[in-house]
Amino acid sequence: MIVWLRQHRNALALALRRLAGAPVNTLLSLLAIGVALALPAGGQMLYSNARSALPGLSASPQISLFMAVDAKSKDTQDIAERLHRFDGIASAKPVSREVTLARMKAGAGLAEVLEALPQNPFPDAFVVNPRDERPEAMEKLAAELRKLPRVEHVQLDSAWVQRLDALLRLGRTAVLLLALLLGVGLVAITFNSIRLQVLTSRAEIEVSRLLGATDAFIRRPYYWFGALQGLLGGLVAWAMVFGATVWLRGPIFDLASLYRLDFALAPLAASDAGLMLVLAAALGWTGAALSLHETTADN
Amino acid sequence: MIRFDRVSKRYPPGIDALADVSFEAGAGEFLIVGGHSGAGKSTLLKLIAAIERPTGGAVLVNGQNVGALARGAIPFLRRNIGLVFQDQKLLFDRNLFDNVMLPLAIAGFAPREAARRVRAALDKVGLLSREKAMPISLSGGEQQRLAIARAVVGRPGMLLADEPTAHLDSDTARDVAAIFHEFHQVGVTVIVATYDQRLFPGGRQVRLDHGRLAA
Ligand SMILES: Nc1ncnc2c1ncn2[C@@H]1O[C@H](COP(=O)(O)OP(=O)(O)OP(=O)(O)O)[C@@H](O)[C@H]1O
Ligand SMILES: [Mg+2]
Repeated sequence: MIVWLRQHRNALALALRRLAGAPVNTLLSLLAIGVALALPAGGQMLYSNARSALPGLSASPQISLFMAVDAKSKDTQDIAERLHRFDGIASAKPVSREVTLARMKAGAGLAEVLEALPQNPFPDAFVVNPRDERPEAMEKLAAELRKLPRVEHVQLDSAWVQRLDALLRLGRTAVLLLALLLGVGLVAITFNSIRLQVLTSRAEIEVSRLLGATDAFIRRPYYWFGALQGLLGGLVAWAMVFGATVWLRGPIFDLASLYRLDFALAPLAASDAGLMLVLAAALGWTGAALSLHETTADN
Repeated sequence: MIRFDRVSKRYPPGIDALADVSFEAGAGEFLIVGGHSGAGKSTLLKLIAAIERPTGGAVLVNGQNVGALARGAIPFLRRNIGLVFQDQKLLFDRNLFDNVMLPLAIAGFAPREAARRVRAALDKVGLLSREKAMPISLSGGEQQRLAIARAVVGRPGMLLADEPTAHLDSDTARDVAAIFHEFHQVGVTVIVATYDQRLFPGGRQVRLDHGRLAA
């Protein structure tokens, strides 16, 4: 056990020395790996930001129904009852114009404007949860609701949320696909750098075998080399994504405030970064294993 | 300790390096393998360390048929054999100390104990003061002695040396030969392949002639 640990420590030290011993090669490999990993990692960063920028947007779709501004409360009462009897409606929550006014007054910077208005500019409204949430069914329901008297406007709230959701899911798939492809690339990069190393260490490998080295002893430093190269490449990728986040944060914040959104670009989540580093090391190890399988099998 | 039982070795494409060779060497023996160039001396040593496998007969080392050893068992056989190769096989990318350290690193020795042994081995062959030098800066005889230090550093029970005195002037050759006698004296089984048997008086002679044992 102690011997085993010691040999791993020696192999790790040797791998580090080999990385440091060929700084130009190492730098190029790390950059290649870094770029390969930064693309999916950056995609993941943007994806999770997009997700968190849309808080509380439940994917469960709703329909907003607005009365005319000059509708009487009698009219609203009337609509409430009719909605209650509607077949395609699961529930309908009334939102009175007073409540809306109060909420808007509490909100950012609008209080004075609203105070200055002679009367409440908001209409009574209902939030309708349909029974059938498929887009076609909802369009049909909305059309029927539009025919009701004193109803000014009917809006399918979450059609766009659904569309955005689908878009994000597509983005998510693209990120995964990219990660898969570039993961294969990482394995290939490691495969090649290990192959070159084995070729240049032919003499050392041969002599070590003659002096009683096991396959494990011969291969250990290369496994470490692959894993370390992957890990360091992962750190480079993380640094690239972090740099991009910092760089984009200002412009995106400005853009968001134009739309009155309080949104700051968040860096790659620690869990995602950790996962990336572990995967990078594992892929480097895999590349080394494949390369060693090919280059040191029979001598 | 070592037994060759009707051993033959045919290299592709049909070169008979050894044919029907049988002999025995006991533990602690000093065996000199002689013969002309191409007689099969190196092949005989390689069979003992399982660097080559016999194509006929059996090579037994400590009762183990080394020709039939599984690939995974060979390293452990070699760790108990000190090998001095005809072409030395030194590593020129590292200094003397690290060259001699290699067998101990392979066996997983603790660093301090290993360093102590490396220095003792270098001291034994008179190269301790040059431990930081690179092998390329050594003379032929010094390289030969470095190869011996690496072979003995793990304190193996058996020492196999292939032409350890080739290309050396007679004084240096005598110094190198004396080192083998010292190891024999402390109980190590020594087998030396050489053209020049006179350098190793007191050893038992085995002569090869075109791959066959000459009586
Ligand atoms: N790997 C090999 N492939 C083919 N033939 C070989 C191989 N190794 C040795 N031989 C042949 O086997 C014969 C014995 O070779 P070996 O190296 O055992 O001789 P040797 O007695 O050590 O000679 P020397 O004194 O010149 O070192 C020679 O004819 C040689 O050409
Ligand atoms: Mg020879």
